[in-house]
Amino acid sequence: MNRVLAKRELAPLVTLLEVEAPRIQRRWKAGQFIIIRPLETSERIPLTIVDSNAERQSITMVIQAIGKTTKEAVSLEPEALMCDLVGPLGEPATMSKGKNVVCMAGGVGVAELLPVAKAFHQAGNRVTALCGARSENYRILDAELKEAVDELHWATDDGSFGFHGNVVQLLNSLAGPDTFQEGHVIGPIPMMKAAAEATRGWGLKLHASLNPVMIDGTGMCGGCRVTVGHEVKFACVDGPEFDAHLVDFDELTRRNRAYREMEQESLNHKCRVGLDIH
Amino acid sequence: MAAPPLKYKPNPKAPRQALPLLDAQVRARTAEEVALGFTPEQVSVEAQRCLQCAKPTCVEACPLHIDIKRFIARLAENEFQAAHDVISEQSPFPGVCGRVCQHELFCEDACIVGRKWDPVAIGSLERFAADHARLRMQELATSYPKPTGPKVALVGSGPASLIAAYDLIRWNYQVTIFEALHKLGGVLAYGIPNFRLPREILREEIARLQNMGVEFVVDFIAGKTASLAELMEEGYQAIFIGTGAGLPHMMGIPGENLVGVYTANEFLTRINLMEAFKFPDAPTPVRVGKRTIVVGGGNSAMDAARWANRMGSETTILYRRGRVELKARLEEIEHAEEEGIKFEFLAAPVALYGDENGYVKEIECIRMELGEPDESGRRAPVPIESSRHRIAVDTVVAAIGQAPNPTLQKVTPQLITRRGRILIDEHGETSMAHVYAGGDVVRGGSTVILAMKDGRAAAQAIHNALSGTPEVQ
Repeated sequence: MNRVLAKRELAPLVTLLEVEAPRIQRRWKAGQFIIIRPLETSERIPLTIVDSNAERQSITMVIQAIGKTTKEAVSLEPEALMCDLVGPLGEPATMSKGKNVVCMAGGVGVAELLPVAKAFHQAGNRVTALCGARSENYRILDAELKEAVDELHWATDDGSFGFHGNVVQLLNSLAGPDTFQEGHVIGPIPMMKAAAEATRGWGLKLHASLNPVMIDGTGMCGGCRVTVGHEVKFACVDGPEFDAHLVDFDELTRRNRAYREMEQESLNHKCRVGLDIH
Repeated sequence: MAAPPLKYKPNPKAPRQALPLLDAQVRARTAEEVALGFTPEQVSVEAQRCLQCAKPTCVEACPLHIDIKRFIARLAENEFQAAHDVISEQSPFPGVCGRVCQHELFCEDACIVGRKWDPVAIGSLERFAADHARLRMQELATSYPKPTGPKVALVGSGPASLIAAYDLIRWNYQVTIFEALHKLGGVLAYGIPNFRLPREILREEIARLQNMGVEFVVDFIAGKTASLAELMEEGYQAIFIGTGAGLPHMMGIPGENLVGVYTANEFLTRINLMEAFKFPDAPTPVRVGKRTIVVGGGNSAMDAARWANRMGSETTILYRRGRVELKARLEEIEHAEEEGIKFEFLAAPVALYGDENGYVKEIECIRMELGEPDESGRRAPVPIESSRHRIAVDTVVAAIGQAPNPTLQKVTPQLITRRGRILIDEHGETSMAHVYAGGDVVRGGSTVILAMKDGRAAAQAIHNALSGTPEVQ
């Protein structure tokens, strides 16, 4: 059981939760994730660790409440106990130094990008962050990112703030084959796939942080397997970060859709035995 | 000391009592336990079949050395609670072991009665003693004082750690069990189906350890949440690694990542641990279509097939050898057959094909013939190239074995391993001082009872190391 310390709405349906987790706070590194089970009756879901606070012995996660479990998670108020929280899982993000690095993210991925962008910067790289949002009021963690990187650009789908278009279009407008030596991308699969396609042949090493379906997160179930360069990998233990130019994003899309109808059924289901919290 | 005279005359010629089972038609649609347990009348007949040998070979054969002879004598005298007390001297898990231990390979194989007639049904008797005593678990535990000895950490809450905890806490050690998942029991919780081991039995027998003062920490992944060195710094003077064999083998054939293709681990974890059989009343789903093929011939294959069948899928087990080579317990094979599961022997998958959305729809198989014996001593399957054929399928489960969980080893290079298995010396100690290991993480895929044997041996070794006294207490 882990106590919720703070809760803040960052944008419509996007909530930041700060949760007490002393051991994870001490050990986590940028790019790693946790698995949570908000309530006794919840599913297990993976979430990227966004930040931590040594004084409060806490970690921070940012949740987009679109499914049953994410809604259950953001229903937790400060002082409430999160049923399960385990981690830190996966391998830390790959770091280099003295390079021109581009960090790209879309939607709630912007929050997940923050620790990686910060780590790249602290490791002595010049970091340009390209972040996407639906419109101006969906931008999240703007101040934190600005402080963490050398250059921050926003793209909005409706043009209400910054570049009018998506993150990959923004990248193409700002950069070419030789602008960056290394990059990190996190967000919706179509966006990561487009970023990989756009930079293929650029001589840019691009890392994509994947978020497939997962249960245990320790290499036991194999539900999170992805194909990377014709090899089967487990995202939970081999990843979550892989070479974006080698990931089979189409397969990942299909695998992540496997339970879509059932998730809808679960969301709409009124439990017979009275376990439902809504 | 001479044993007191028996109050009855043994009758080994009486027929071995058959364990009553839930009707095959009924059970094929429910998660309820298949085996119903002996009636007191059956217990009386079966217990009196025991010869009460002067030198009980069954006790020697039992990896936990439970005093089988003595607990059976108590049962024969209708002293059911006393029988449970006798078992408790060695094991607090008769409800679990009475159901999942392979008695046919150990105590019942050694039973002298079995030389002439059928061996005494020791497993079913153990189970009866457990079920009879269930209601007094709480009472049994309350008399234990709080332990004050050195702190010992046990990693993983499966059978190996559970028995080690029982021994160590009785020697006054402060015992903490660290579990990666949110539920306790390890493979007993995620691997073994409810219809073989009802969850309340597992919970209650683990609760007995909790009542004795064993501390359980869930959501803790050794090597990730804390390193072994950190645990030592926190005052644990010895660590036992019982992290099991949870890394699934993949088939390595095209189409393995299609939707609807599961490892047995994922399939069973979704259903056993996350209770997907109750979906949508439980939040985690599992995709079980109209036709399921389970690949493999071990207990996990039987378990997965029997679940798929229970969830309404027409289910076939595909095995590359023949029926006699199946690795699963005979009892489980027979139960699967009774429940209507089909077996396709001497066949192996070579490829999987999907539809336009990436859902598996066909499995391509190849026929095998048995050739010369391989390193396992069984005749090796040899493919017949001209025999490729496709079968329509919605769900495929690969139950082809597993390797030790690699997480801890990966971040602890001081631990010497071979093919992922942690190497130990004759005392169960690893290449790190005061760090012991046992069960599947040492053996590869093995059995519950051998894991318990290892856990017991490690507890003894830890006790010897920490108390400086090599004698058995």
